[in-house]
Amino acid sequence: MRRSEVICAGWITRLGALALAVLTAGRAVAQQEAPARVVSMNLCTDQLAMMLAGEGQLHSVSYIARDRRASAMAEEAEAYVTNHGLAEEIYLMQPDLVIAGEFSTQATTAMLKRLGIPVVVFPAASSLDDVRERITRMGAVLHRKDAAQDLVASYDRRLAALRAEVTERPSAVLYYANGYTSGENTLAGQILTAAGFGNAAVEAGYGSGMKLPLEVLAMTDPDAVITARPYPGASRSEEVMDHPAVRAFREARVGATMTDHDWVCGTPYVLRAIEGLGAARREITGSVE
Amino acid sequence: MSRVMIPLGLLVAALMLASLLIGPAGVGVGESLSALVAGDGGPLTLVMREIRLPRMILAVMIGGSLGLAGAAMQGYLRNPLAEPGLIGVSGSAALGAVLALQTGLAGVFELGLPLMALAGALGGVTLVMLLAGPRGGSLTLILAGIAVSALAGALTSLVLNLSPNPFAANEIVFWMMGSLADRSMTHVWLALPFMAVGVAILTSLGRGLDALTLGEDAAEAMGVRLKRLRLQLVFGTACVVGAGTAVAGAIGFVGLVVPHILRPLVGARPSRLLWASALGGAAMVLAADIAVRVVLPSRDLKLGVLTALVGAPLFLHLILKLRKERI
Repeated sequence: MRRSEVICAGWITRLGALALAVLTAGRAVAQQEAPARVVSMNLCTDQLAMMLAGEGQLHSVSYIARDRRASAMAEEAEAYVTNHGLAEEIYLMQPDLVIAGEFSTQATTAMLKRLGIPVVVFPAASSLDDVRERITRMGAVLHRKDAAQDLVASYDRRLAALRAEVTERPSAVLYYANGYTSGENTLAGQILTAAGFGNAAVEAGYGSGMKLPLEVLAMTDPDAVITARPYPGASRSEEVMDHPAVRAFREARVGATMTDHDWVCGTPYVLRAIEGLGAARREITGSVE
Repeated sequence: MSRVMIPLGLLVAALMLASLLIGPAGVGVGESLSALVAGDGGPLTLVMREIRLPRMILAVMIGGSLGLAGAAMQGYLRNPLAEPGLIGVSGSAALGAVLALQTGLAGVFELGLPLMALAGALGGVTLVMLLAGPRGGSLTLILAGIAVSALAGALTSLVLNLSPNPFAANEIVFWMMGSLADRSMTHVWLALPFMAVGVAILTSLGRGLDALTLGEDAAEAMGVRLKRLRLQLVFGTACVVGAGTAVAGAIGFVGLVVPHILRPLVGARPSRLLWASALGGAAMVLAADIAVRVVLPSRDLKLGVLTALVGAPLFLHLILKLRKERI
């Protein structure tokens, strides 16, 4: 579940930031040297930056990075100052580089750029190849190319090993709140395939961002149904993941398999998601490691 | 009487069958029915028994009880505009249901959901009856209904907006418009006892409502205890509307449209209208639920949208008619 990480900055923020802009006009930072005080304002760039940044280089991460539900690095994030993606608060941290996600509020990043702070925007990863590209790019941005190269190498190695162990492909369906499913051009869809499952929703003609009717889900008769972990509080949208027809698949086949924080971002943690699913696959096919 | 009831019964039976046979899985008639009845444990049985059957049963239960409640309220208030959805009873029930879900009460205690919805409906219907007064003049009744609906709707939105669940706020439309998509047998069992009680109470009111057509004094002279009748009406309506709303959201206008169409066919006798409206309501909700599946299958179109498209123009027509009669 991707969350917009930024709350709308009010006009007071803008006025304040404008006043500051006047005071500090002309303070442009050259990016020839490695940035020394980096602020990340997106859950996924938070995690990549925490993995790659040098000692003391990363100053702040978004508050969602501490949320165990969404972040694979909630514990590590405790060591950093948190931000809420507001232009004023980020400006006052006096960063020499801001890293934002594709879905960060445009108003905020535009404001920061006007104030003379370099902003790098990372698009969200939608494939396993994107993960490699994002790591490399984060390494370049932080001037930590060697660390990034090592990380990419180990990512490639582990991914190849995980892919190699697949012999038999049971069918599975990703089934989220409101009955949405994911296809091949999404990170979740590729995690599923890499873990050795065939995507039964795609075979039934339902691609990414499409609603898979409950009846069609039942008729495809998949070996596994993978749902998302529900949020606290109740919602009817998530109730469908617990419908008797879905539960029948979850209980009869594999132990409750659910997507979690490892699935959210294009980081090497996707490998952990693939490993988890691989174990479920072996349970279905009955093969022993 | 049977002149009306038999065709209505046949219509409901046909729609029930259609409801069972229409769906995105697209399977043949014979195959579907044999999977439903015989049950070989395959995926088609799952579709028929866990997805389509509960949907059909809920449409019958909810439609029938809404039609019945509308006919009973109109009989008691002697006002064709009285309808649980319009006067805020459904909205109040939705508020109760949302509170039960968001406070976690529904999670720890399964009957918490219908009970809270019942409490909400009871609060709403009592408030409207008090505000509108015993004679229930059209204007005061509708004004009281607007006030109660608006308040219940606003509070429902507030509770959903405050929920820690990111999906909850998007579900305001479900609670206001109602839908039967992807409901299960669990919901049927949750609603059934409350509906049974409510239907039993409301259908027993026929004699009293017939007497009331002669005026309150005449009815009392005939031995009808008006206070008791009123209490039964309030409680019975709250039971059926509360239970229905708890599992399917607020579906409006059914109790307005159905009694209006059927009234001339049963000779305008409230006691006959009760049963006829129950059948008619079931037919209307079944038809609406089939339509949402056929017209826009991928969009989860809300039932309340269709019932309002039919009901709102009729509502305006009734207001115009009442105004002419006054002059």
